[in-house]
Amino acid sequence: MTRAEERAAAQELLAEIERQSARAGRPLRFMEVCGTHTVSIFRAGLRQMLPAGVALVSGPGCPVCVTPDDYMDKAIAYAAREDVILATFGDMLKVPGSASSLAEAEAEGADIRIVYSPLDALAIARENPEKKVVFLAVGFETTAPTAAALVLAAKGAGVKNLFLLSAQKLVPPALRALMDDPAVRVDGFLLPGHVAVVTGTDIFSFVAADYHLPGVVAGFSPLAILRALTRLTQQAAAGEARIENEYESVVHREGSCEARRVMRLVYEPVDARWRGIGIIPRSGLRMRDAFAAYDIERVLPLEVPEPRPRPGCRCGEVLRGIVTPPECPLFGKACMPTHAVGPCMVSVEGVCAAWYKYGQGRFVYGK
Amino acid sequence: MANEKITLAHGAGGKMSAALMHDVILPAFDNPVLDVLHDGAKLATSGRLAFTTDSYVVRPLFFAGGNIGKIAVCGTVNDLAMTGAVPRYLSCGLILEEGFPVEDLSRIVRTMRETADAAGVAIVTGDTKVVEHGKADGIFINTAGVGELIAGIDIAPQNVRPGMKVLLSGCIGDHAAAILAGRHGIEIPESLTSDCAPLAGLTQAVLAAAPHTAVLRDPTRGGVAAVLNEIAAAAQVGVLVDEDALPIREAVRGICDMLGFDPLDLANEGKCIAFVPAAEADAALAAMRAHPYGKDACIIGETTEEAPGQVGLRTALGGIRIVDLPLGSLVPRIC
Repeated sequence: MTRAEERAAAQELLAEIERQSARAGRPLRFMEVCGTHTVSIFRAGLRQMLPAGVALVSGPGCPVCVTPDDYMDKAIAYAAREDVILATFGDMLKVPGSASSLAEAEAEGADIRIVYSPLDALAIARENPEKKVVFLAVGFETTAPTAAALVLAAKGAGVKNLFLLSAQKLVPPALRALMDDPAVRVDGFLLPGHVAVVTGTDIFSFVAADYHLPGVVAGFSPLAILRALTRLTQQAAAGEARIENEYESVVHREGSCEARRVMRLVYEPVDARWRGIGIIPRSGLRMRDAFAAYDIERVLPLEVPEPRPRPGCRCGEVLRGIVTPPECPLFGKACMPTHAVGPCMVSVEGVCAAWYKYGQGRFVYGK
Repeated sequence: MANEKITLAHGAGGKMSAALMHDVILPAFDNPVLDVLHDGAKLATSGRLAFTTDSYVVRPLFFAGGNIGKIAVCGTVNDLAMTGAVPRYLSCGLILEEGFPVEDLSRIVRTMRETADAAGVAIVTGDTKVVEHGKADGIFINTAGVGELIAGIDIAPQNVRPGMKVLLSGCIGDHAAAILAGRHGIEIPESLTSDCAPLAGLTQAVLAAAPHTAVLRDPTRGGVAAVLNEIAAAAQVGVLVDEDALPIREAVRGICDMLGFDPLDLANEGKCIAFVPAAEADAALAAMRAHPYGKDACIIGETTEEAPGQVGLRTALGGIRIVDLPLGSLVPRIC
């Protein structure tokens, strides 16, 4: 597709969204629950292009944001140890904990290695047998299988100095918790494409069956997101509720059985605390006892001080789409990316960070 | 001295200092003004002068496409060039850490000389200090520079008006991407190196072709996003940039995706942004493209009366989003 064709296609989709929104006869709110969607939507300026009757709200799709406060503090504390090499994806470097960030820890001499695949951490562990190599395993179903595969590979190779600092979470239980929350009002979900690659689409059928809400699995280009939004608006206008797959080239109904098998082998579901939402039953993953030797928190328990409370911070409501970031009294004032109060402002995929960076709520250009 | 390491004595002003000066630094910089070896340089200049200074603390010291010495010359030369001056003379202040290899110092000062020659400037005065091991990171460099302002040219952000064109001299983010790749051991294609280059020739060509150019800026720390925001704020105009027009290499995009950066925020060391009246924009663009450092130059946007003080990006699908000032320390010690 040429750029001109893309633009024409976008215009057509927007016109259809507008027609369907008029047909619905009420304002529609759709929620994306994936940080990559959030960023893509803001980068492309999609919100401003939508008709007035269709709004997008962001849900708990940023893994760092929903991870309790003390995770980064623990990561920084482990990194500061002489006997530890911390391996992480690059985007975690700048996320601050209570008092510092991994980037600052690195500047102070911590050994932190950026990896592109979790398996890179295995190579680091082999090259540094005298060190404990700790891999930061944060994320949803997208990253859990690769973290699990890393543990299996370490076990298979007899590598004993590789560990996970794990905070893996599951998306479907969070969706259920959102829909059970009377304060949350949405008319459908833009479902996360990468997660669905692993889970398949059937796992989301409860959204339509139990809550009568439409859901469309979407890819990540701005045009793919517009196509998914068109299908959501069509369903909402017709009063229908189905799970559709707009990312068929990549996502299959049954998902990836192998990825789920590896995940199940290493991890078991546990109740987990989500920032802003609270404890959601069976929404987290804990390494099974058979793999406890690879869990740094069990091998080398480490106490970090209780994170300070964040008075005034409304991240909890932002993460549930109940308020938009500018409705938080701290947004853009006490809370900015350079000195963030809440986690939604610190992560690259955080909702507040996206609002702030791309000017929503502060600027009028182009409106 | 090739195999030696810097010691505190090299900075003490005695025989060791003299040896370092005569064996390593003077042979590299050597020129008639410097060779007088007095406390200060006597400069032959005419007309109004531009004067600037900058300190360089880049890590790693050697990276794809250059080293700290090259940046130390280019950075100061470019600051003079962006004020509408012809750069003439530089100073060179070195802060060395005890234990720094003399061989590395030699490489760095030789690079400084080569770059100065390419930029048409002479390094005419300087100073060398040594600090204890652990009190610096190998080498820090300060350069100050003097240039002669080109008659008839008036460069200032306040000169920017609505309806001007915004020109960019080439691909963005190469320097920061090369530094980040070096720092994190990321493999990059050979074609991706720091863009570090002296731009005085390019800016003089632009100013000759477009004498009513309102402002020139090199998008170093803070990248294109910072420059556009600063000018939008200073001139109280809107700046609207076309996303499709921005030249960005695939490798730079890849590194940005991997590390969570926006190419617009990344530092450049050999690029120039020019705000030019629409009537002179084509001439300025042709002048950039005719210069070896401006082959990929393009018009990336324009200034508007709408949204004074703001920078908007027209996205590929036709939406507009705000380009904000980048945050504090995206990439520490980039230059």
